Amino acid sequence: MNELELIRLSATEMRRGLLAGEFSAVQLTKAHLAQIMSTNERFNHFITICEDVALNAANSADKIIAQKKQNSPALTGIPVAIKDMLVTEGIETTCASKMLKGFIPPYDCTAVAKLRSRGAVILGKTNLDEFAMGASNENSAFGPVRNPWDEERVSGGSSGGSAVSVALGSAPLALGTDTGGSIRQPAAFTGILGLRPTYGRVSRYGCVAFASSLDQIGAFARTIEDLALIMEAISGHDESDSTSMKVDVPNYVANLQASKDQGLKGLRVGVPKEYFISGTQSEVNEAVQAGLRILAKLGAELVDISLPNTELAVPVYYIINPAEASSNLARYDGVRYGHRTKSCGSLADMYKKTRQEGFGPEVKRRIMIGTYVLSAGYYDAYYLQAQKARTLIINDFKAAFANDCDIIATPTAPTTAFKIAEKCTSPLQMYLADIFTCPVNLAGLCGLSLPCGLDNNELPIGLQLIGAPFQESKLMCVAQELQRELAFDTSKRIRSRI
Amino acid sequence: MTQEIEAVIGLEVHAQLSTDSKIFATSSTVVGCPPNTLTDPLTLALPGSLPVLNKLAVEFAVKLGLATGCGIARESIFARKHYMYPDLPKGYQISQYEKPVCKSGHLEIRINGNLRTVGITRIHLEEDAGKNVHHANRPYSSVDLNRAGVALVEIVSEPDLRSPEEAGAYMRQIRQILRYLDISDGNMEEGSLRCDANVSVRAKGETKLGEKVEIKNLNSFKFVESALAYEIERQTALLREGKQARQETRLWDEAKGETRVMRTKEHAQDYRYFPDPDLLPLVIDNDWIEKIRATLPELPVAVYKRFLKMYRLDEYTAEVLTQERFVAQYYDQAVSAHNNPIGIANWISSELFGLLNKETISIEKCPVSPENLAALVQLIDSDVISGKIAKTVFAEMFSTSATPMSIVESRGLKQVSNPELIQKAIDEVIASNPEQVSEYRSGKTKLFGFFVGQLMKITQGKANPQLLNDLLKISLENKKD
Repeated sequence: MNELELIRLSATEMRRGLLAGEFSAVQLTKAHLAQIMSTNERFNHFITICEDVALNAANSADKIIAQKKQNSPALTGIPVAIKDMLVTEGIETTCASKMLKGFIPPYDCTAVAKLRSRGAVILGKTNLDEFAMGASNENSAFGPVRNPWDEERVSGGSSGGSAVSVALGSAPLALGTDTGGSIRQPAAFTGILGLRPTYGRVSRYGCVAFASSLDQIGAFARTIEDLALIMEAISGHDESDSTSMKVDVPNYVANLQASKDQGLKGLRVGVPKEYFISGTQSEVNEAVQAGLRILAKLGAELVDISLPNTELAVPVYYIINPAEASSNLARYDGVRYGHRTKSCGSLADMYKKTRQEGFGPEVKRRIMIGTYVLSAGYYDAYYLQAQKARTLIINDFKAAFANDCDIIATPTAPTTAFKIAEKCTSPLQMYLADIFTCPVNLAGLCGLSLPCGLDNNELPIGLQLIGAPFQESKLMCVAQELQRELAFDTSKRIRSRI
Repeated sequence: MTQEIEAVIGLEVHAQLSTDSKIFATSSTVVGCPPNTLTDPLTLALPGSLPVLNKLAVEFAVKLGLATGCGIARESIFARKHYMYPDLPKGYQISQYEKPVCKSGHLEIRINGNLRTVGITRIHLEEDAGKNVHHANRPYSSVDLNRAGVALVEIVSEPDLRSPEEAGAYMRQIRQILRYLDISDGNMEEGSLRCDANVSVRAKGETKLGEKVEIKNLNSFKFVESALAYEIERQTALLREGKQARQETRLWDEAKGETRVMRTKEHAQDYRYFPDPDLLPLVIDNDWIEKIRATLPELPVAVYKRFLKMYRLDEYTAEVLTQERFVAQYYDQAVSAHNNPIGIANWISSELFGLLNKETISIEKCPVSPENLAALVQLIDSDVISGKIAKTVFAEMFSTSATPMSIVESRGLKQVSNPELIQKAIDEVIASNPEQVSEYRSGKTKLFGFFVGQLMKITQGKANPQLLNDLLKISLENKKD
């Protein structure tokens, strides 16, 4: 197989090929590295490419496969890309910020450690909005990530680099983080699958904290089997993260196999009227509606539901998120690691200049907002109010899942990928890009975005499936059935572009 | 006309808990290691690190809460307290704010022989900061994070204290309880125990509180007392001039013997407290509380009261014997082995403490077991040895841990109470000192001591002193006739 053929394979197919001896992990890794090298200048999806680390891991993988064959760990030799928000032992981790340029962590993020222990080959660290703050991947100290469907357009954010890696065939699998939609929205913009798991499903240990109560590590893939494969690897309780839950991880891959072609009889799909609004691009609405009709055709019952507090989600999100971010980013003081200003007089001066030089405008904006809403005298008016409103949003979802439906289906984003710089002048416009995804984060639920069509500019449209806590398996099974019936397979189109 | 003025004092006492690892991280808490050797990703605030609560620290806080009559919160919350400082690596301290682990307790202090109850508002858990090291003649400072993240409890009192002496007594009482519970070494020199004091003054009879001044970081009983005395005087003088003290934070300058302004109300910190999203609420169920309650030792005030009543000790001795839990236990054990509470108390407070201090050995490692000390006192009480011989025996017990009886026997120190043997010795001494005998008989009775000394020399101190005295007197006076 040539390099082009290799990178078009799904991770599941790669596994089969590796075990059958059709190609080696080293060949596979080299093919992906070549793809990264030849595309990165255009798409800017990688910040760090770790060739040596990857080839060493691939070498070990080949030995393990030779020894253990079928018994080798599930991801042995499979290349993955890691969002540069997750710390990687011995590999520079920047969060796309000048503040952390040159920072080499002495330890691995739990999710990364799990991937490594299952044999995965880490190719490098992908670009993102600085400290994951953004919905377009334009707020990176390393420049914007471009969308493979149209280079003039954004890739979505903040995990744009990871999404593009998978869309371009630079990696079959990638890890991202999702604080307000940062996996699902770029997945939708680049026409691939993205899953944000339930809060507490995947350990956040080693995920650089942005907004702790909203952050969650998740994954991108081009096929549903691949998504199940990587989710199975990274999920589960971790003693190092107090908020990670002690809930058994189902066998996602086996569940998918078992439910294949079973239809969706008995499944109640909630369609919340608050998510089908006039501001949404009409083609997005139409494609999602078409998706809903397929769900019905497959036997699902569509239930009209209401999540009445949905309109509170964006304002609430933009209070809680900066509040937590301002606190989490206080540690970047230039004392122990990362950037420190070259010239300063007093201690306070060092703090000020270090942070002034190290952080980009969006990060500063959120630190300012967060500091304000937490300060004495404003805490009650903003932060506390936001927490109360958050409870209303949580209760909306609880009631829906308790009474009306098993899952909820909505558009992933109100538009398809917009043009680079189009929304840069209006932070508020940009914040609305997360309007359909951030309620899931506020409520701690799981959400999956899958491609469901193209708009008139041939740009992919995402459909979001929302599940009750720890219902990832159900989301993946539904997505599998839906994908099979969709009028066109976007993943094939992507592959034809590579 | 001078009105009477009273001080109103509340203390915030910080105590380091003696857990082996830090409150939210795995690093050790040993004192005296090279800088920054007791660190881990959380202690260094490395990106991606997360706190995990130390269960033992919670247990210690609950223990203290139960010992001070506090209510234990079934659910308490950790909050972030923000301020920028190089030794505060995360940019915030994890502490408890709105929902502390213990609330509404009290403890008793003794002041001039009277017991007084002082209210405890709350006890909460938090992490310590690191330490900045400033070098002389160098243009930079260093940060040592070994102490960063060590578990602390903060004990906040009600404004119930009225004088520096009461504040000192309260703090000593806290230290004593911490040590009885074995949850903190309470070592003020090493900074394991320190306090902030809030003080205001008002006309006696007034119920409203005046503007309070906070004095930060007092790390000795003496500093607490002198800083408060200075501050009360300063504020009283202001009040007498018809002025009010400003609400501000002050520091105690030990060298100058005065407090000085650190910051005023206008420059108060805004800590921007909010619940730490990396930690779930701390849930403590009844079973756990009851399990901890079952491990509570008898507390110092109760032991003190019991010693007064049960052993009829005087207040001073009871105080001395209840200072440390191990001393009280030692005393209890010794008395239960031999029922002479006063005798044993005297032996502990004089001989035992004397040798322990001299050799700088703690009571926990005392080479003389309480049973052996009791046995020694019993030997005295039953006239087997004299009190004087006992001191020799005790010294040997201390160095060898042997039983007193084996020392007495192997060294032949048993007291001689046989009147014939003693009489024989008396006759000998009288025969060989005719001059002194006649002087005595002619009225120089002071010489009695000389004869005793001679006799003790001959009997190597083993003669029963009472018997010897009686017989000697008879012998000296009989011959007179």
